[in-house]
Amino acid sequence: MDQALFYHRFHFAFTASYHYLFPQLTMGLALLIVLLQGIALKTGGERYDRAARFWGRIFGLAFVMGVVTGIPMEFQFGTNWARFSEATGGVIGQTLAMEGVFAFFLESSFLALFLFGREKLGPRRHFATAVAVWLGSWASGFFIVATNAWMQHPVGYELDAEGRMVLSSLGALLGNPWLLWQYVHTMAGAVVTGAFTMAAVGAYYLLADESTTTDGNPGSENAEFGRLFLSVAVPTGLIAAVLMAFPTGDMQAGAVARHQPPTFAAMEGLFRSGEPAGLVLIGQPDMSGLRLDNPLEVPAALSFLTYRRWNARVEGLTSFPREAWPDNVPLLYYAYHIMVGLGTIFIAVMLLAGALLWRGTLSRARSVLWIVMLSAPFPFIANTMGWMTAELGRQPWTVWGVMRTTDGYSRTVEAGNALFSLLGFMGLYLVLGILFLFLVQREIGHGPAPAPILRSQEA
Amino acid sequence: MGTVWFWLVAALLTTYVVLDGFDLGAGAIYPAVARTDRERRTVLKSIGPVWDANEVWLLTAGGSLVLAFPKLYASSFSGFYLPLMAVLWLLILRAVAIEFRNHLEDRVWRPFWDVVFFVASLLLTVFLGAALGNVVRGVPLDAEGYFFSPLWTNFTTRGDRLGILDWFTVSAGVTSMLALAHHGALWVAMKTDAPVRDRAVKTAAWTWPILVVAVALVTVLTFRVQPHVPERLHDEPLGYAFPALALIGLGLSLWMRRRGRDAGAFLGSVVFLAGMLLSVAFGLYPMVLPASNDVAASLTVHNAMGPAHGMRVALFWWIPGMALVAAYTVFIYRGMRGRVDVDREGY
Repeated sequence: MDQALFYHRFHFAFTASYHYLFPQLTMGLALLIVLLQGIALKTGGERYDRAARFWGRIFGLAFVMGVVTGIPMEFQFGTNWARFSEATGGVIGQTLAMEGVFAFFLESSFLALFLFGREKLGPRRHFATAVAVWLGSWASGFFIVATNAWMQHPVGYELDAEGRMVLSSLGALLGNPWLLWQYVHTMAGAVVTGAFTMAAVGAYYLLADESTTTDGNPGSENAEFGRLFLSVAVPTGLIAAVLMAFPTGDMQAGAVARHQPPTFAAMEGLFRSGEPAGLVLIGQPDMSGLRLDNPLEVPAALSFLTYRRWNARVEGLTSFPREAWPDNVPLLYYAYHIMVGLGTIFIAVMLLAGALLWRGTLSRARSVLWIVMLSAPFPFIANTMGWMTAELGRQPWTVWGVMRTTDGYSRTVEAGNALFSLLGFMGLYLVLGILFLFLVQREIGHGPAPAPILRSQEA
Repeated sequence: MGTVWFWLVAALLTTYVVLDGFDLGAGAIYPAVARTDRERRTVLKSIGPVWDANEVWLLTAGGSLVLAFPKLYASSFSGFYLPLMAVLWLLILRAVAIEFRNHLEDRVWRPFWDVVFFVASLLLTVFLGAALGNVVRGVPLDAEGYFFSPLWTNFTTRGDRLGILDWFTVSAGVTSMLALAHHGALWVAMKTDAPVRDRAVKTAAWTWPILVVAVALVTVLTFRVQPHVPERLHDEPLGYAFPALALIGLGLSLWMRRRGRDAGAFLGSVVFLAGMLLSVAFGLYPMVLPASNDVAASLTVHNAMGPAHGMRVALFWWIPGMALVAAYTVFIYRGMRGRVDVDREGY
């Protein structure tokens, strides 16, 4: 691969993957905070209000990280992908500008009111600001996924005389059949991240509190918050984890199979067409032998999952010309399998925790609490793998079937300059990540109980 | 359609400079007006609820630029690659400084972020002006309308190897720094009590005359570096309204400040900044990125314009959407009017 192209791709992949660690958390937490704040409003429960404040502080930290790592994304379309922007700006400019107009303003304006306006606004209007932040963050997700969905499955455009892609129908762009399932799938993934994070903190508070092991002892105040977090996060997480697999994940995979068949074959690790085709669970792609080593597969399952017929034919990679293949088949294959594998585990973890919660014994089941706590990082990995599947799967196209990635990067920006800023971002993001974790750890250590001293960051 | 969007994007960028300008300016004068931790928290609190929404104006201007002038967005963002990356890093550091500072009460942590906030804000005020200076001066565009600017070369404003920094763009950067420091000082004066308020008024007082000299100087330089600007004014004398507006703003801010009317003085500065930016927009029109090598190769509202149908369709959601934004922006600023009380939760 051309060196400049390589650095521009790596630049975007790195900054985008890092960026998305934060929005997935804030979009998920935004919904959970609305739930907590809604319960507080309805029942007048001081405890739920405290819990909402606590998660509001963590949300605030993650939100800043999301904002500061998000601004470079808006710039990079122009700085690193100038020819792509020039050719597609007439279409993706719509959704990118909409994100600013309808989402960013809402989010950033009302977050300030949510964090700072509690006393001035009164409970009802304060709850409305939480809802506005949630709507803003989810609208932002919608417009970005709409942009990506168009790149995956371009609709509502035509080519003009200069070869540019121009908008022909805004309705088609926003009603892209690819968009609906991709959006719900992405949001469900964000809720899984938020719910697992909240549940993990809850589990940690219970595990860290010795007194909770005996029956009937309510434990410390943090332990009571731990129970509260679990009671909200586990049902939410269970619903989201199931939604992520079915119907949204299933419909997504179906769309890939229909519209991006070589991508589908690569994701599934299917080199040769099968009639029926088996579902590969584990195995390592061998790109010189064009086969999967050490495969573990469920016979005929892929045919059934894809076409709902046990003996349906599924095309393998070798049925397509080599230049139509995604350029990194093994990485695409692993990303997809890690995502699906983790997604399945999430359902199992939440089912287990949910069953115990329903029987009222979760807060004493230490082994399950351990599992819940240690699960926290994995939704971040699964969401990242999901985006890698989408982006690697779209290769070698930047706009599927219309514009190749090799034609999209900024020709005037040399490899050396791209590497310079890539290294800069890596260094800066490393430091920011450490500081973020440090501050979140302090918040968790401090807990949601009212502070004895004035919490100056709220001031 | 190109002209309509030219003025819409110009309005977005002007609003951005007026709004984010005061919080950047507050950062640029931060160590001069706020000495103790309490005073510093007061200044930060005066911008705390709004700095983020203020930055969204820049993002929305960026998004609207992609929509309306994809060619300009692509050419300028890739051509100004290095300074834009520096701007991104500074924006990141500054935002993090504002948000992280108060999380820890510590004599190492807080002063560290104070320095980061000050330096990043100050540099950004210079960069914004230098960026505008580059757009006014123009860049050497190739046949496809692209270019790549090194950070500096020989500091001259002519020739085919222009740098981002030359004596003209540096002057523009310094003028911008003065204008935004003055703007930020008047904001802080309006939002705080003595002693911070008094120091801010003093800062505004001594920056004002230097700013007037700098503006006069940079105007003369602009007329020399970019002859299109005086030609435009000559052809359409109505355009003198914009520089006149800037002068009225400068006068108003002086007059109101002398009378101790903090809000009036800030309003004067708002009018001044808007007048200056709209003057530049008017002076460049119909060019959006002049070519320094050959005027005919310049990017204009016509040849850099996006697809007309999409731009027309976009007006149907853009105008009501921005009207809504304006409504709640006003709501939020009204909600936080008055001077900051650092000891109270909320604002």
